[in-house]
Amino acid sequence: MIRDYFRVLVVDLGSGKGRVVKVDGRNEFAGGSGLGALLFEKYGHADRAWDDPDQPLIFSIGPLTGLFPLMSKTVCSFKSPYHDQFAESHAGGRSALAIRFADYDALVITGRAERLSCLSLGMKHLEVKDVQFLAGKDVFSTGKILRSMFPGSGHRSILRIGPAGENLSAMACINADTYRHFGRLGSGAVMGAKNLKGIVIQGDGSFALPESKEYAKIYQQVYEKMTATDMMSKYHNLGTAANLDALNELESLPWRNLQATKDEEISGITGKKFADDTLLRNAACAGCPVGCIHIGFVREKFMEDNQYLYRQVAYDYEPIFATGSMLGVTDAFKVLGIMDEVEKAGLDVMSGGVALAWATEAYEKGLVSETETIIPLAFGDAENYKKAVQYMGSAENEFYTALGKGSLVAAAKYGGEDFACVLGQEMAGYATGEAFYVAEGLGFRHSHLDSGGYSWDQKNDRKDADEVCDFLISDETGRAFLTSMVSCLFGRGVYKDEVLAECLKSVGYDEIAENMDLIGERVRAMRWKIRFETGYDPQKISIPKRYHEITTWKGKTDPEYLEKLKYEYGRRICELVSDEALGGLGLKKNE
Amino acid sequence: MKTLTASRMERCIGCHSCSFACARLVHKLLSWNTAGIRIASSGGLSTGFMAKVCLACSPAPCAEACPTGAMKARKKGGGVIHKKDLCIRCGKCAEACPVDAIYLDLKDRPYVCIHCGRCVEFCPHECLELVESDKGRD
Repeated sequence: MIRDYFRVLVVDLGSGKGRVVKVDGRNEFAGGSGLGALLFEKYGHADRAWDDPDQPLIFSIGPLTGLFPLMSKTVCSFKSPYHDQFAESHAGGRSALAIRFADYDALVITGRAERLSCLSLGMKHLEVKDVQFLAGKDVFSTGKILRSMFPGSGHRSILRIGPAGENLSAMACINADTYRHFGRLGSGAVMGAKNLKGIVIQGDGSFALPESKEYAKIYQQVYEKMTATDMMSKYHNLGTAANLDALNELESLPWRNLQATKDEEISGITGKKFADDTLLRNAACAGCPVGCIHIGFVREKFMEDNQYLYRQVAYDYEPIFATGSMLGVTDAFKVLGIMDEVEKAGLDVMSGGVALAWATEAYEKGLVSETETIIPLAFGDAENYKKAVQYMGSAENEFYTALGKGSLVAAAKYGGEDFACVLGQEMAGYATGEAFYVAEGLGFRHSHLDSGGYSWDQKNDRKDADEVCDFLISDETGRAFLTSMVSCLFGRGVYKDEVLAECLKSVGYDEIAENMDLIGERVRAMRWKIRFETGYDPQKISIPKRYHEITTWKGKTDPEYLEKLKYEYGRRICELVSDEALGGLGLKKNE
Repeated sequence: MKTLTASRMERCIGCHSCSFACARLVHKLLSWNTAGIRIASSGGLSTGFMAKVCLACSPAPCAEACPTGAMKARKKGGGVIHKKDLCIRCGKCAEACPVDAIYLDLKDRPYVCIHCGRCVEFCPHECLELVESDKGRD
């Protein structure tokens, strides 16, 4: 093992200084999600607002990061501007390995810089640099300038925000190395509130190799499974975009603000269509030989005499759902054009697309007019959506400022709460049924990947709230452990429990290997405990009427069952933080 | 003698598996730096990737610049061998390399490709190959 404790860099942007802190708890919390929660408990303030300068922005990696393939993600933990509660967002790219080779298990960033700044760090340096000249710059030009300012191409990770983050939009993401994102729940605004435009992490260190012979053996086995078998082919072939066709067929793909779940126009935006017509190449997160990142292109004529420009845009299932089917845009290139604008603004693509879908329906219904939207909004009108994205990013007027805080914030002001597609936050693209609506609505990250609710829906049409909750509750533990590793969840087919245990043992983490279930339980409980302390209440989360109106392959939503399921899942989540449950896991409840 | 050539880098996805393999198998280290092959983008990921790897110059400027004979040209086919115990970590070899293929770690120890080809099998897209020395030279 590299170390049996956590080595954490705590930086105060106010003073521009940092300190290296040794934090115990490796065997109890493993890393990633667990470490993020542990550090929030230590440095966070449940009773203060998300934008209080003292609130920490935390980036954490896992015990196997750098040691095994696909241990390639970083967890970002923070108090969310979306609901002012504890939250988490995950991203690939290079940051995980850069943090590993800078010799840290986590970064904790506190305080607020006096002027817009960039934090630069590595194994041998730490600096907070004034970058006021980047104010208002989009994500692309910010990246280009930061690349020229800081050395280390190839082994450097650049995290940055665009105008949306600077304008404190609750949908602002942190862009990670151009093609990946800490997307959901507004981490970009947390950087904005800290006057932090960018973070450059230089992974310039190296470590002794684990001494055991087992390490080389298990590394080889895992690597071969990742590359020489077809276990991962769905991710590097068409990629997650292959789901568009499948979910449309299953009457589970949200169309035009979820007014339909299936449409013939799918043929213009299937995974195959994107691959055949728009795909330039694949790319990978550092440390992952699978290469699931699909990069398409946008080509625009900007002047007569055939003067064109082009840009490269990473696509996936979720961005295509959010800027394609959800907005009624059915041309692959036009979809990429909208995504490109979303990238530049530094918005989360799912949240932004779904919010604009709500705005379009509100415009159609006359709840808002061009006085608010500046331009007419219509499903399928990609050009105006590109402008609307810019207005959201720049918080152009009162309407777009409210919309940037969430569809329900705008709906509270202008009407239209019934058709806001919000499940805790703007929905993910799986209108699969009641289990998903409740799992995403109430779940910790409001992510479809927090538990397998979407997957349960696709396989079952039984309406048994107890059965679904048993599944959701038990499924979440394993995922909490994996995100504490921090493995890419695409690797969960290879990283079964027994393989993970072997990997951990081969590098000396025997105690973690022997307590994986318990650690998963503890991390899950710790995250929920902090979430409750920061204001979470399942009873306060409502599932908008739109979800009662839709039909999937299972038929129409059953409102009674939905309500029963919601109540029961909320009750089960509350049970996770009972005195007894927390006490059993060695976690105390804060008074 | 064979030399390693990064002949199909336009296929590279930037996974760094080659660097990890070299660091792990040749240098017994966990790193993406302390390796004979390193992957970089040339101005952001949208420009694709390049491999920083020894091009087997003949004569080898790095060997010529080495004041202690620690960096020596291979007998045949280009490329060099680095003898750690003779190295005084002056960094002249890295300075002399025209393509930045020699990495100096934080203690100024040089790392250079020895054309062993261990990285080749870890490239998922066959960007790398080991070829007879007279073929791989552009």
